[in-house]
Amino acid sequence: MSPQLDRIGLVFVVLLAAAAIVVPVLSLATAANSPFNIPPYLVQLFGKYLCYAILAVALDLVWGYCGILSLGHGAFFALGGYAMGMYLMRQIGTRGVYANPILPDFMVFLNWKALPVAWWGFNWFPYAMLMIVLVPGLLALAFGWFAFRSRVTGVYLSIITQAMTFALFKEFFRNDFGFGGNNGLTDFKDLVGFSLQSASTKAALFSASAIALILAYFVARAIIGSKYGKALVAVRDAESRMRFLGYRVENYKLFAFVVSAVMAGVAGALYVPQVGIINPSEFAPANSIEAAIWVAVGGRATLVGAAIGAIAVNFAKTWFTGAFPEYWLYGLGGLFVLVTLFLPRGLLGLLLRPQRETAPTPEAPALAIEEGADP
Amino acid sequence: MTLAETSNPTLTASILYLDGISVSFDGYKALRSLSLTLAPGEMRAIIGPNGAGKTTMMDVITGKTRPDEGEAMFDGKYDLTRLDEAEIATLGVGRKFQKPTVFENHTVEDNLLLATKAPRGVLATLFGREAPDVRATIDRILVTTRLKDHHARVAGSLSHGQKQWLEIGMLLAQDPKLLLVDEPVAGMTDAETAATAELLREIAENHSVVVVEHDMTFVRELGVKVTCLHEGSVLAEGTLDQVSADPRVVEVYLGR
Repeated sequence: MSPQLDRIGLVFVVLLAAAAIVVPVLSLATAANSPFNIPPYLVQLFGKYLCYAILAVALDLVWGYCGILSLGHGAFFALGGYAMGMYLMRQIGTRGVYANPILPDFMVFLNWKALPVAWWGFNWFPYAMLMIVLVPGLLALAFGWFAFRSRVTGVYLSIITQAMTFALFKEFFRNDFGFGGNNGLTDFKDLVGFSLQSASTKAALFSASAIALILAYFVARAIIGSKYGKALVAVRDAESRMRFLGYRVENYKLFAFVVSAVMAGVAGALYVPQVGIINPSEFAPANSIEAAIWVAVGGRATLVGAAIGAIAVNFAKTWFTGAFPEYWLYGLGGLFVLVTLFLPRGLLGLLLRPQRETAPTPEAPALAIEEGADP
Repeated sequence: MTLAETSNPTLTASILYLDGISVSFDGYKALRSLSLTLAPGEMRAIIGPNGAGKTTMMDVITGKTRPDEGEAMFDGKYDLTRLDEAEIATLGVGRKFQKPTVFENHTVEDNLLLATKAPRGVLATLFGREAPDVRATIDRILVTTRLKDHHARVAGSLSHGQKQWLEIGMLLAQDPKLLLVDEPVAGMTDAETAATAELLREIAENHSVVVVEHDMTFVRELGVKVTCLHEGSVLAEGTLDQVSADPRVVEVYLGR
C-alpha cells in the first residue's frame, strides 16, 4: 500500500469516526424541524450503506489482494444476517401473532411442535454472536479448502462461488429447511432489550456499523501490511512462482478467504436489524455480483476505494430506483462499463496521483486463468 | 519421504538422480526413460532442440508433473515423485523459469524478502518478526545481482535482463541445494549474457546447478559438462566439444 493510499484511508477512518458520533447527536438531540436534524429513516439508510461497505472491504481483501473474484460473498453476508435474524426472532417471544413463547410464528403456522436443533441457543445473544462469525467462517473454510486445494482459479472459481450462493438461495426458499422459507425472518421487535423502532436504537446501530467498518479496515490493512500480505499479493501475481518458492499457496488463499467471509457475516448481522428483514433473496447471485461492482467502481486493491464504491453506488441506487425504477440495472451496467473503460483504478484513482511509470496496473488477474509462470 | 535403499552407490552419492523417467501427455511422450545423475556441487548444462523434454524434466524434478514411471531422487534420499512443489522447494530445490517470473507489483527488495529462507507458514508470515540477518542477506544478493541501485524499484519496471537477474537473486535468497535454471540468457544482450555466465559460475561454487540453454556461446562460457536431450531421452553427454562432435547431435540440430 502506498503512503498516499494510507493517508486517504486515515482521512476516511477519521470521517467515519466523526460520523459515528455526530450522526446520532444530530438525529437525537435536535428538534425534528431543525435544519440539522437527520431523520431516523436516513440514519437507517446510511447505516445500511455502511454494512455494504464492510462487505466491499471484505471482498476487496480477497479479490483486490489475492485475485480471488468471489461472486458468492453475498452468501456469507446473508448467513451472518440469518444468524442475527434468528436471534431477533427468538426475542419476539409471546409478542408474535401466535404468542408462542418458544416457536417463532412461521413454525407455529407450519404446525411444528418443537424448535429445530439449528435454532437452539439463539435466544442467547453471545451464542448468536458466535454463530454470526462461525457459520460464514466455517462455510468459507470448507468451500475454500476444497476449491484451493484442487487449484480452482480464475473464472472457474468465480462460477463455483456463484453456484454456492445459488444453492443456498434455493435451499433457504424451502419451508422445510426451517428458516422461514420464502418470507424469511421479519417482524423483529428488539435487540438486547432495545426496541428496533426507536430512533436511538437506529442511531446506535449506525454508529456500530461505522465502528465495524473502521475495524474491518484496520484488520484488512494490518493483514495487507504484514509479510503475509506481501505474499498474498505475490500469490495473486504469480501463483506458481510462490509454489516453487515453497509457499503453501492454498493456505494463504484459505486464510484470506475465511477472514473475508467472517467480515461479510458481521456486515450481514449489522444489516438485518437495520432493514428489519432477512429473506432468501439476499442469497441471490445478482447480489454478490453487485458487490463486485462496488469494489470495481470504488477501486480494487485499495480497501478505502471499495468502501467508497459501496456507499456511492448504493447512494446512486437509492436515488435512481426512486427516479427511474425500471432503468437501474442499465444504469449500474453503464456505470460498470464507464469505470472499466475510463477509470481503471476506480473512483479512488481520481484522488491518487497519476500512475508512476514504475507501477504497472494490476491487470485483472482475477479473470485470467492461472497466470503464469509456466513456460 | 522414503529412505531409498542404500545399496545403489550412484544414488547415495548424487544430489539429483533420475532413472528411467517417462512422462506422456495424451499419448505424446514428452520423456522416454530419461536418466541423469548430478553430483553434489556439480553444474550441468542441458541442451537440446525444442520439444526435447528439457522443461518437462524440470517439471518432474520440481513436482509440477508426476512421471508415469521411473525414479526421481533428491539428495540421495527424498523421493521427488511423492512430494508437491512446496515440499520440494522446502527441501532445497530452486527453480528459475524460462520467462522471467518475478512479482511485478513488489519492489526488488520485497521480491528478495519473499524468497529468503524463512518459515513459510501463514501464521509465521502474519505475526512473525524478520530475522536479524535477513537485511544483510538481501543486501549481499543485491550486490551480487547488480541490483543495489534498483532495490526500491517496482520489479515490473525493470529491464528484461534485470528481471532475469532478480529471479536468479531470488534463487540465491532461497539458498537451495540444487538450482534449476531455465534459459537464463534468452533475450539478453551479449554483455548481459557474459555477465550472467559469470554470475552462474559464481553461484556454482557452492550450489549444484542445472542450466537449460539454447545459446551455445553461453554454454561454452560456462565450461561445464553438457547433456544433450532429444525426444525425451539423453542423446549424448560429455564436454561441449565432445557433444557437438557427436554425429547424432549434429543430425538432431542441423537435420538430415
